[in-house]
Amino acid sequence: MSARAIRRRILSAAMTGLVGVLCAAAVLPLVLIFADLLHKGATSIDWNFFVRTPVPIGQSGGGVAHAIVGSAIIVGTACLIGLPIGIGAGIYLAEYGTGRLGWTVRFVADVLNGTPSIVIGILAWTWFVRPVGHFSALAASVALAMLMVPMVARTTEEMVRLVPHSLREAALALGYPRWRTSLQVVVRTAVAGIVTGALVAVARIAGETAPLLFTALGNLNFSLSLGHPMQALPLQIFTYATGPFEEWHRLAWASALVLMALVLLLAMAARWATRQRYGTR
Amino acid sequence: MTAGMRERLDRAALPAAERPTPVIDVRGYSFWYGPTQALFDITLQIPRRAVTALIGPSGCGKTTFLRSINRLNDLIPSTHHTGDILLEGVSVFSPGMDIVSLRRQVGMVFQRPNPFPKTIFDNVAYGPRMNGLARERDVPERVERALRQAALWDEVKDRLREPGTSLSGGQQQRLCIARALANEPEVLLMDEPTSALDPIATERIEELVVELKRRYTIVIVTHNMQQAARIADFTGFFYLGRLVEFGDTAQVFTRPRDERTEAYITGRFG
Repeated sequence: MSARAIRRRILSAAMTGLVGVLCAAAVLPLVLIFADLLHKGATSIDWNFFVRTPVPIGQSGGGVAHAIVGSAIIVGTACLIGLPIGIGAGIYLAEYGTGRLGWTVRFVADVLNGTPSIVIGILAWTWFVRPVGHFSALAASVALAMLMVPMVARTTEEMVRLVPHSLREAALALGYPRWRTSLQVVVRTAVAGIVTGALVAVARIAGETAPLLFTALGNLNFSLSLGHPMQALPLQIFTYATGPFEEWHRLAWASALVLMALVLLLAMAARWATRQRYGTR
Repeated sequence: MTAGMRERLDRAALPAAERPTPVIDVRGYSFWYGPTQALFDITLQIPRRAVTALIGPSGCGKTTFLRSINRLNDLIPSTHHTGDILLEGVSVFSPGMDIVSLRRQVGMVFQRPNPFPKTIFDNVAYGPRMNGLARERDVPERVERALRQAALWDEVKDRLREPGTSLSGGQQQRLCIARALANEPEVLLMDEPTSALDPIATERIEELVVELKRRYTIVIVTHNMQQAARIADFTGFFYLGRLVEFGDTAQVFTRPRDERTEAYITGRFG
């Protein structure tokens, strides 16, 4: 074997080893976090944890049902507000956004994407909490929706752009007006990708804490009213983890595990939706 | 005697009202992509219920011309044209021309099969549903008719609910033809419909084209001169954006009037 071939082999092995190590380093945090959460949180999770609200310190058998339901309501409402706007903006950008307006919308979306969530929280507080005079779940949903819109808009745009031009032409040549071509052919073809983008965005906002501090505030009791303070899992974790009681810390770990598991489930659903897309091709 | 010639004699025996008249009448049509002129003063008349082939080397404006007829070029920014294209005596560019009804009357089949990622049935039903040509309960009948015309029915009748993309390339192309026919157009534009297909699938499409000209006016762009000779009644030779020669296929191939046509069909360039 020539010297050059040997050098190539060594270099190849070294680089393969290097990227392997880097890969492991990238995955390691997730594994550590999940292992730690399982270790510290799993033992505190029982049936009561999911169906009951907190009990006074000293008693046992309390749960965080109000936070789980609260998170679902706040995130669900945020989706109702944010997804139509985000997906609509994404379709606009992909189909018509070639001019100045498109450029502007894209730029604004990118800036908004990079805006710290706590800033969004303060904005939501100024707009929706201060004028009303009290904290509310709706203000939290609006804040989360503002975080969602740019993410969803950009992923939707990417997905719609991936639809082959030949499909557009086929629909146009059949006599479809441009807007119906966009909605019925292009968007339907891209729908799996759009759903994936939406799920990823939902997973991201479900764990947001900062905006909720200024808006939903938190609630020790079970509440279904959008107009009033509401508990959510990230807030629950924040309150319990910073509190002085051992029991609270335990519940904080358990809540973190549940939140993490929910986000993981959403990410897996997103993966599944993507695979379906390529599977049918 | 070729099939095409027989067909022309048959038509000559038809009553005057059904004699071939030009469906498409192109008058001094020029077209520009930005500053680049792609078509120069094209004038030709495309006869009814016949196959008209457009041949010529790549990049000579055949496809551009084809896409002018159903105004698919409208999508491309900063293009313009002069001259006119009349469909049944009405300018396709006139302000009163509804682009939706124009494209319903002028179907198109593309170079590569491009079925929608939906079921076979839905692919064909797209046009009639959209154009309100059929009530929902009449759609299946229309779909069957279109698939039969495209010689695909027997192959797909038991799998109408499967995705259109599950078919073979040749079947997909016939599905696209059925999709265009379901609109019951006057004219069918075909842009090199067999260039992505194997020889057997190509033969089936060619047979289909000859069959379809009984009811439709067909304009087909092809790079394959044998194909033009086999299936076309009339042939136009495009070269560098100009229509160099247009006439009866037999005449164009056996006694071309222009020396460039002769050079091309004898394989000296292109």
